[in-house]
Amino acid sequence: MFYREAGDFKISYVADNQTFPIAFDRYRYYAILVVGFLVLPFWVDDYLVNAILAPFFIYAIAAIGLNILTGYCGQVSLGTGGFMAVGAYSCYKLMTGFPDVSIVLHIILAGGITAVVGTVFGLPSLRIKGFYLAVATLAAQFFLVWLFNRVSWFYNYSASGQINAPERTVFNVPVTGPNVEPWAMYLICLFFAFFSAVIARNLTRGTLGRTWMAIRDMDIAAEIIGVNPLRAKLTAFAISSFFVGISGALFFAVYLGAAEAGDSFGIQKSFIVLFMIIIGGLGSIFGSFAGAALLVVLPVFLKLIGVDLFGWPTDLVAHIQLVIVGLLIILFLVLEPHGLAQLWRIAKEKLRLWPFPH
Amino acid sequence: MKKLILTTVAALMATGPALADLVFPSLSYRTGPFAAGGIPFADGYADYFTLLNERDGGIGGVSTRVIECETAYNTEKGVECYEATKGEGALVYQPLSTGITYQLIPKASADGIPVHSMGYGRTSATNGKVFEWVFNYPTHYWNGASIAVKHILDVNGGDINGKKITLLYFNGAYGKEPIPTLEALSEKHGFMFDTIAIDFPGQEQKSQWLQIRRDKPDYILFWGWGVMNQVAVQEAANIRFPMENFIGIWWSGAEHDVLPAGAGANGYKSLQFHNVGSDFPVFDDIQKFVVDAGKAAGEGNQIGTVLYNRGVYAAMLAAEAARTAQEIHGATEITAAMMRDGMESLKMTAERMAELGLPNFGPTFQVTCENHGGEGLGAVAQWDASAQEWSLVTDFIAPDEDVILPLIEADSMAYAAENNIEMRCN
Repeated sequence: MFYREAGDFKISYVADNQTFPIAFDRYRYYAILVVGFLVLPFWVDDYLVNAILAPFFIYAIAAIGLNILTGYCGQVSLGTGGFMAVGAYSCYKLMTGFPDVSIVLHIILAGGITAVVGTVFGLPSLRIKGFYLAVATLAAQFFLVWLFNRVSWFYNYSASGQINAPERTVFNVPVTGPNVEPWAMYLICLFFAFFSAVIARNLTRGTLGRTWMAIRDMDIAAEIIGVNPLRAKLTAFAISSFFVGISGALFFAVYLGAAEAGDSFGIQKSFIVLFMIIIGGLGSIFGSFAGAALLVVLPVFLKLIGVDLFGWPTDLVAHIQLVIVGLLIILFLVLEPHGLAQLWRIAKEKLRLWPFPH
Repeated sequence: MKKLILTTVAALMATGPALADLVFPSLSYRTGPFAAGGIPFADGYADYFTLLNERDGGIGGVSTRVIECETAYNTEKGVECYEATKGEGALVYQPLSTGITYQLIPKASADGIPVHSMGYGRTSATNGKVFEWVFNYPTHYWNGASIAVKHILDVNGGDINGKKITLLYFNGAYGKEPIPTLEALSEKHGFMFDTIAIDFPGQEQKSQWLQIRRDKPDYILFWGWGVMNQVAVQEAANIRFPMENFIGIWWSGAEHDVLPAGAGANGYKSLQFHNVGSDFPVFDDIQKFVVDAGKAAGEGNQIGTVLYNRGVYAAMLAAEAARTAQEIHGATEITAAMMRDGMESLKMTAERMAELGLPNFGPTFQVTCENHGGEGLGAVAQWDASAQEWSLVTDFIAPDEDVILPLIEADSMAYAAENNIEMRCN
């Protein structure tokens, strides 16, 4: 009734091509933005930001990055954790090397450095595909973590190999270090997540996104119709790594404040981001957010229910959580390979017809 | 299952107003690759506070409450646990993870909650002039490295010039901590020093031990934790490395680390900063008031194991600090800031330990404003595979302060400069 194209006349190409062509959808999107940018900052507390919102936004950026590579371009990657480490360590080197430059610039530059590293590790994708590529990116994961552990220049020769984020400000408000207000941490994460999503969404709708999807669907056919696989695959690696690098930089500088390559950016990180896009939906920006939300919120939710409400032992709840995440992955792969995003798409189709389905 | 239902019902019914109590969060790990060490420690920590509640009615008449939060040794979950528990009136954090400790040092300092990293964490936090909220008494890694070298000196009649000592370590913050100290000591005593890293979680160490067979070090120092301890001890037994020359830090010397290697582990040494065994009156009380009453945190079968004892020791030090804080401020219900004052004036004497049912359990020490690490004494324990027990083979040895103090000074001053911290205790 409310949710339909009919009656909403578009009189320009720009209006016709917008991301949310349905008026109801568009207003919902604006409402979410208003709540996110103008209401929540006044309302969030330490726990909500540190336990849920900051990791949600940061993982969502990483999932967007991996989704561009895996979901849109079809190149399986297990190197996400390693690329996040590149983002984190380059951000640390920039922060300590150029303390007077804005942290926002450092985070973006960290993304840029990661893009270069990602492109280098993307070169094998021109020769190998599928599982073999997954193994090649796995090598990137282990090599990068080993590198950051081994070469002490990366952690400024500190005794323990830990990197610690010094305090940096945006408009004189600290956003890294121990004295961060929850709303400041929330806003900087939201800022990056929002712009990453907008940029990624528009890239995937344009020429570049179409070449990626052509490569994903059938690379030989794409090559025959004139898509340059070198350009398509390497741009996918570069742009994907750019987002992953930004998320790594935020993860270290804003969220954790201290990190160590093996512990914070191990192979588990690569897997959890992969699970996010599988559960959320391959080839969907919304899916990246949905998957990140599910995997960040679910453990906290289970903990609140199991430990705080029912008083169960903490180890039991931790084990139940592993079982549930495992089950979810199996169920999604079997029942809905396109993930939560596809459920959302189906819901929208039904909404269009509601309340007269015939 | 029945126990589960009972706890569920009890928890659902207990949603009344919270009584005033002393909150000690326990960031434990009962899952993951380090659970073997995390479980007995968490059991001991919780059981001692349960004992205080059941036997003495708490500390100074105020009951204690332990909030357990599972971290799985994961720094992200550690942050979540910290944020979830700090609002409950947490008095002190003992995260039992060097990675999480590094994370909490700035956060807890900003929030004004003390962190006690007992025998782990950031070594230079022992400098109270810089680290107001962080404590690592009774000892820390650099002392551990020095005590191990001193023990080797003792065994060799004071001369280890030209000997080859290899550090086998967990490739993370924890394992890297002793390297600067050992390098300094190698210059002083003239031994050859080499390092071999083991990556997390360390279930596969063939290449490291192949290197050891090739290099033939005289002594191996070992900084391992969790499953990598068992593997290392087994591998050492496999290559017939003389076990009495294989010395672990205090985190690499529990029963479950050596039992899998059977007789091969006989003679393996590890450092300890507290006594071992169950021959102390407090354990009888725990058995009577906690385990037999069905209030144990775990299965109740860990009493007397090395890491259970360490959990009890950690809880005892926290309880004593809280008691000291109550005395200083003349209040029974203390805040985190008062708790910090208590920790800073903590004095462990032999008489007090005997009173608590733990005679000669740990070294005596005194915390001051400048020194948050105590005197840093440690002892060497050795495993007897036929009797299946650890026993201390030395007295508590003092570390080599001449080497360690300048290192601590340099590292903590670097931290102070990075974070614009003003010196305290003037």
